[in-house]
Amino acid sequence: MTAAPLLEVRNLRVEFPTRRGTLVALHDVSFSIAPGEILGVVGESGAGKSMTGAAIIRLLEPPGRIAGGQILLEGRRIDNLSQDEMRRIRGRRIGAIFQDPLTTLNPLYTVGRQLTETMQTHLDLSNSEARKRAIDWLEMVGIPAAAQRIDSYPHEFSGGMRQRVVIALALCAEPRLVVADEPTTALDVSIQAQVIALLKRLAREKNTSMMLVTHDMGVIAETADRVAVMYAGRVVEIGPVREVVKHPHHPYSIGLMNSIPPLDHRVERLAQIDGAMPRLNAVPPGCPYNPRCPKVFDRCIVERPDLLDAGSTSAACWLYDRAEAPHV
Amino acid sequence: MSEPATVFEAEDLARYFDVSRPALQRLLSREPRRILRAVDGISFSIPKGTTLSLVGESGCGKSTVARMAVGLYPPTRGRALFEGVDLDRARAAADQRRRMQMIFQDPYASLNPRWRVRDIVAEPIRAFGLVQGGAARRERVAQLLTQVGLSPLDGTKYPHEFSGGQRQRISIARALSSNPDFLVCDEPTSALDVSVQAQILNLMKGLQRDLGLTYLFISHNLAVVRQISDRIGVMYLGRIVELAPAETVFVSPRHPYTRALMDAIPDLEMIGRRRIPVGGEVPSPINPPSGCHFHPRCPLANDRCRREDPVLKPARGTPQTMVACHAVEEGRDTGPTAVPPLERVGSSPATSA
Repeated sequence: MTAAPLLEVRNLRVEFPTRRGTLVALHDVSFSIAPGEILGVVGESGAGKSMTGAAIIRLLEPPGRIAGGQILLEGRRIDNLSQDEMRRIRGRRIGAIFQDPLTTLNPLYTVGRQLTETMQTHLDLSNSEARKRAIDWLEMVGIPAAAQRIDSYPHEFSGGMRQRVVIALALCAEPRLVVADEPTTALDVSIQAQVIALLKRLAREKNTSMMLVTHDMGVIAETADRVAVMYAGRVVEIGPVREVVKHPHHPYSIGLMNSIPPLDHRVERLAQIDGAMPRLNAVPPGCPYNPRCPKVFDRCIVERPDLLDAGSTSAACWLYDRAEAPHV
Repeated sequence: MSEPATVFEAEDLARYFDVSRPALQRLLSREPRRILRAVDGISFSIPKGTTLSLVGESGCGKSTVARMAVGLYPPTRGRALFEGVDLDRARAAADQRRRMQMIFQDPYASLNPRWRVRDIVAEPIRAFGLVQGGAARRERVAQLLTQVGLSPLDGTKYPHEFSGGQRQRISIARALSSNPDFLVCDEPTSALDVSVQAQILNLMKGLQRDLGLTYLFISHNLAVVRQISDRIGVMYLGRIVELAPAETVFVSPRHPYTRALMDAIPDLEMIGRRRIPVGGEVPSPINPPSGCHFHPRCPLANDRCRREDPVLKPARGTPQTMVACHAVEEGRDTGPTAVPPLERVGSSPATSA
């Protein structure tokens, strides 16, 4: 990567203290996002992908806390800011889109008021300017008759239209980074395609970077530039989208890609990964994937691999350690 | 009367819901009744040992069909026939009910959290009095748990001790415990992660092969449906718009909605490519558009489509496909020879290393 990264996450560690000991939800998570780049984050539920997004915008559910590592936005650390300082960054510099558009919007305010309030909090705008911009934004996200709909309440919109409003809300203060957590999961496929096309267009036009968290590999394949695959609170593989989807290196990524039912042909039996992801209180020593891995060997049981150069991607797997070359 | 090989048959099945406001309010504001036509006259049959899938977006009525198929909703019009016997009349017959079971979408909500797994699985056995004696029943439960890939020792645990995929296995074991012939599966894998989804789909295919089960499979995921179905019905606003053998639907989809739906699915083959999404949204089933329900979003719509309801009939060119579309009937579409919406490159994803 040539340009300085917009967002850099270094060795992020998130812990949940509980009565029965500390659970480590995120373990040494590191990645960066370049300006204008869309990074997809995939993994099964509980892998820590939403947690990573929540840590970046500092909306971790207590008692979860950042216990180590750094988060840098445009070269400045944001993981140690106070909640007050963070509030000015959220919305202005980092926008957020969540899965359920109904719970994201305030049901008691018109969408216009929610948009103008957000813009006026972060930008210096008069009431009439803010209203005019709110209408522009609603038009930009494809809401028909925006000038009339601006005074409607969220419940008067359909699910797809609400998610468009949420996108407008996340982008209206023109943040440099958008954290989108499963933005299309609650939508029907035909609406999902519209929303994905919209997100891609806006990210390109505004040169906004995006962290797109989803479990839907199809969405990632169409939207992201690079992909990070997460498993049990760790990034196990990261690389360009085409490589990770078509030629994954980590055995988990390979299993994950193969278990997606193909749309273009029928198979007698789908490839499956036996077993399930370990719970946080029962992550095995060594590589967390070792109990399910078809290529497991001695070293995987005792020693945890970091991201290693696997050619076109980086994978946290001892198969790609030069010293282990004979095993490949 | 249907042929003996047909396990389930829907005849002009319809279900309306009255969603009017309370009578007094309606009277004061002079509103008419509001009727939601969740399912509006659909017909299909499922031969023994095969899978029919119904696909469509939310609100198209597919789950309502599933509920009518097991008798949870009485139909407003039409009949649901199980081996030729009207479900409405068979409701009292325990044997009929024993032979059809349902698997629900959410394995977190469909299992009683205060019961042990062995009691959950044994409930149908007890209710229908299938096995006499505690020891024999425990043995049957152990056998069922093994059959769905769990350990007999899991019987003493509670549902919260299991992951989503394992819970769905428990639901399947419970459904199988009454030795059914016909399983209605309402989005059984939608709440599951993709690697677990593959496990459950493989399990369901294996059980169908071993036990000769007949499935009515409800899903919104076309890729899943392609893997499991013999025939597919595509639903839009309470009606079946296309009904055909599974491979035919994917190789030569005929109804403009089916084509639009296939175009919209995000796909691994679409890396770095742009698509043109279908415009508009699914209209409300309370006030569906006149004529063909799809006409406001259809690129081929003309005056006749706006006026006249199309009926399901064999498609011109591919008679094994039943399609409800005036454009296909009149030959205004591109025909069956057209390449399916997007030419896809490569075949299967990810096989390196």
